[in-house]
Amino acid sequence: MHHVLSVLVENRSGVLSRVAGLFSRRGYSIDSIAVGPTEDPAVSRMVIVVQADEDGLEQITKQLHKLIDVLKIHDITGEARVERELALIKVQADAANRGDILQIVDIFRAKIVDVAEKSLIIEITGDTDKVDALIELLRTFGIQELVRTGRIAMVRGRRVEAAR
Amino acid sequence: MAAVRATKQDIYHGGDAAIVETQTTITGAEALIKSLQAEGVDVVFGYPGGAVLNIYDALHQSSLRHILTRHEQAAAHAADAYARVTGKPGVCIATSGPGATNLVTGLATAYMDSVPVVAITGQVASFLIGKDAFQEADITGITMPITKHNYLVKDAKDLPGIIKEAFYVASTGRPGPVLIDIPRDVAVGELSYKHPESVELSTYKPTYVGHIKQITSAVAAIDEASKPLLYVGGGAVAAGAHAEILELAEKADIPVTMTLMGLGAFPGEHQLSLGMLGMHGTAYANYSVNHCDLLIAVGARFDDRVTGDIQSFAPHARVIHIDIDPAEIGKNIHVDIPIVGDACNVLKEIVAKVAPKQHTHWVTKIKKWKQEHPLHYEIEESNCQAAGTSQRVHPQAVIDALYELTKGDAVVATDVGQHQMWAAHYYRFAQTRRFVTSGGLGTMGFGLPAAVGAQIGKPDATVLCIAGDGSIQMNIQELATVVQEKLPVKVFILNNQWLGMVRQWQELFFEKRYSHTSLESGPDFVKLAEAYGVKGMRIKNPSEMMAVLEAALAHPGPVVVDCWVKQDENVYPMVPAGKGLSEMLGLEGK
Repeated sequence: MHHVLSVLVENRSGVLSRVAGLFSRRGYSIDSIAVGPTEDPAVSRMVIVVQADEDGLEQITKQLHKLIDVLKIHDITGEARVERELALIKVQADAANRGDILQIVDIFRAKIVDVAEKSLIIEITGDTDKVDALIELLRTFGIQELVRTGRIAMVRGRRVEAAR
Repeated sequence: MAAVRATKQDIYHGGDAAIVETQTTITGAEALIKSLQAEGVDVVFGYPGGAVLNIYDALHQSSLRHILTRHEQAAAHAADAYARVTGKPGVCIATSGPGATNLVTGLATAYMDSVPVVAITGQVASFLIGKDAFQEADITGITMPITKHNYLVKDAKDLPGIIKEAFYVASTGRPGPVLIDIPRDVAVGELSYKHPESVELSTYKPTYVGHIKQITSAVAAIDEASKPLLYVGGGAVAAGAHAEILELAEKADIPVTMTLMGLGAFPGEHQLSLGMLGMHGTAYANYSVNHCDLLIAVGARFDDRVTGDIQSFAPHARVIHIDIDPAEIGKNIHVDIPIVGDACNVLKEIVAKVAPKQHTHWVTKIKKWKQEHPLHYEIEESNCQAAGTSQRVHPQAVIDALYELTKGDAVVATDVGQHQMWAAHYYRFAQTRRFVTSGGLGTMGFGLPAAVGAQIGKPDATVLCIAGDGSIQMNIQELATVVQEKLPVKVFILNNQWLGMVRQWQELFFEKRYSHTSLESGPDFVKLAEAYGVKGMRIKNPSEMMAVLEAALAHPGPVVVDCWVKQDENVYPMVPAGKGLSEMLGLEGK
């Protein structure tokens, strides 16, 4: 099953390499990983989506804890949370089908962020299902390029963890 | 020591003594040496090179002892062995690039066996990093998976803090190697030196005290058990829990089996000792695992060489697992009562609370297994003078004799292979920190440099290096270090002219297709030893064995004894890979 781990780490060079290396070394694959600074510039947050059973998750969590640069790990899989992914999708488009595409973009509350003669760039944010659904619909028009950020997530309401 | 230089600030702020004090500067290299000394380091093992010239210059001007090995790998192994015998972190130094990569096997060895080693590597200057400069290698990247932590120092002023932290990380919690990579400009850079008094590491807080509820459950389980078994690993040695293990074993009448890394944590000759368990464990240890109703694991990690087929391991037992590393608990096996904490602390509590008990039925049963399936070899042949000069000695007999001659009191370093298993079986270690062997990684070439490190760490001890003719050739150059440092190391090469353990597997599992395991070309180890200036001796047959061993041990300096041992001898018992512990081969000999 998929687990969403929210991991606070020291914002130091090499930390992404340490974390990613640990997953591959211990035989767990990362579905997605998103990293960025937090409200404290000395601390970064990684949101890691990993496929693992309960034992596997326990093991990877414990191994992550052993990394000196890791501050906190929170498995937010079961928590009420806001989860978002951002994707940029370049779709083939000409005068004939631009209207159809715009309609779909509207329904998804996505945005057109670039218009060229024969293509559009669409920006969408949402949970993974929503992004997937839009991508599926746009396939019929021909997707030229696709960029996804991987998931970021935040637990609703109470603050779940402080870095220090 | 190097002169202390004053900066411009001293002049500007001249007159204020406190400021002058804090503003005097030294180089990064000098700060490194000062920091090592402040950490209580009295010896480092290393090999100089371009990127560590400044460090070596500072070393030259200090009182810190340096042992020049003949290969960086040997420096890492020597530092590792020094740590294993003294319990203090071992330190090694290598230059950038190839010097640093030569440490890799040594660091992986220390990592697998949880040994505190601090490795210092030189690095090309910061502004050259990433430019594929001469002798540049990304050693922090390379060693990430084989160190507990590592550092690339970016500013000379960070050095004192990083070194303090490195020693703290290496030696606390579950110990392990830590590497500090120092670019050349950082070694040259100036800083105002102050040794930090403490370490502030909010992200690293090992648990030393066991949870009281878990300890209570463990005590109850021990009190209830009728067939308990202690399974003791290297963590018990690291924690110094040997006295507590002895106390618990005797108070609650619990037999004790040890992993390769745990040997010595419980006296090998004690009537409750079952010796080693696992792939080459004793029959009675493995039977005990199969029959016990409570397995008390202390600082052991249920390695595949211990458990064999994990599904059939200890099938009737509840499992108590005491370990300082929470990640070890539940990693390989389901644990009923986990206790995270320092083995010494936890066992103290358990011993105090556990009820005195006799397990007569269980102990008698094990005694019977001991009588039925003792460790054995055909002793009559090797000890019989009439066997003549055509027979070779039994390798086990050499270890047996060394055990008797040194009264079980030597420090024994080994390489990896058959000789290592025979050393584990026949040198019945009475004390902890006497057996220096690469258990987890299984590093051939470990023995001789380890003997160097052990002899430096314990100058008064008799240090034996038990090696195979294959392994010894992987770091034979260290004989030069032995001579240069005048170390009275006694090297015994169990020479069967084979890569014996691989040959054994080929015999048993590959229908005797001996693919590339014959080492019949030698060399002549006696002549080789003499070329290094080491006394060389040889045992060709059983009739001369005792006299040669006695002479070798009596020799005041280093000796290499080339022991021509039986060539087709196998290590038994043996559990084939992937089989359960009850499926042992070789119980009745071959």
